[in-house]
Amino acid sequence: MNRHAALRLLVALLAGTIFGFGLALSGMMNPARIAGFLDVASGRWDPSLMFVLGGAVIVAVPGVLLQRKMAKPVLDARFHLPEKTGIDARLVIGSAIFGIGWGLAGFCPGPALSALTTGLAPVALFVCAMAAGMILQDRALQKVLP
Amino acid sequence: MTPYLASLAGGMLLGLSAALLLVVNGRIVGISGIVGRLLGGQQIAPNIAFVVGLLAGPMLYTTAFGQPPVVTIIASTPLILVSGLLVGVGARMGSGCTSGHGILGIARFSKRSLAATATFLTSGIVAATIMGLLR
Repeated sequence: MNRHAALRLLVALLAGTIFGFGLALSGMMNPARIAGFLDVASGRWDPSLMFVLGGAVIVAVPGVLLQRKMAKPVLDARFHLPEKTGIDARLVIGSAIFGIGWGLAGFCPGPALSALTTGLAPVALFVCAMAAGMILQDRALQKVLP
Repeated sequence: MTPYLASLAGGMLLGLSAALLLVVNGRIVGISGIVGRLLGGQQIAPNIAFVVGLLAGPMLYTTAFGQPPVVTIIASTPLILVSGLLVGVGARMGSGCTSGHGILGIARFSKRSLAATATFLTSGIVAATIMGLLR
């Protein structure tokens, strides 16, 4: 493994740790908070999670602007960015399905993984079901649906 | 710390993580992409490193604040299973989730990510609101 590849591993670990700490601090790991944000008819709507998205985007935008001025990332030969630009049915249907799942139990992928550290059985169940769903999509549905 | 301040500070850390991985490694912080690639056997080492960090982060939080982050389960076991399946299928079909589309996609002014985020926020609100009415 060359030096850059080894450093990339370290940066991935660091980025993951910052992300996990941020999730814990932000309240995103708590399904009750997610429900309080997404359930708009409860009579006690909790808008605080808007601040999570706002804070994240405020800090990510300078990173994106910097990236656009760079020919290549610090530790790799090229950027690995999404290439699709059009809005297609898969994007919209997939996102709609994802949102329903998120709203039902209050977990999305990052917070669910981070919440494994609590040792709660339902979190582990959720992560297993999520992994099964990903495999189902990537190995079966992907080929069946247009 | 008030919930608003903690949410803002936590969100800023998510943005910092995304900026770091983008500028240094040239990659998008998208959790469903990272997990999906892991499950597909691609780029095992860096993706495992990131996931290890996702677990280390809350442990550091627990050490720093003397208590673990609050995680209150709101769904029954069958609902947890259904919701996990939907989140897994939907995130991979839609090429991303709350992180890749919601944070990085919006920061990159991506039309696809704006559409995805508007869609999953809408369906999430509908699902959570119906669940709230049934509870």
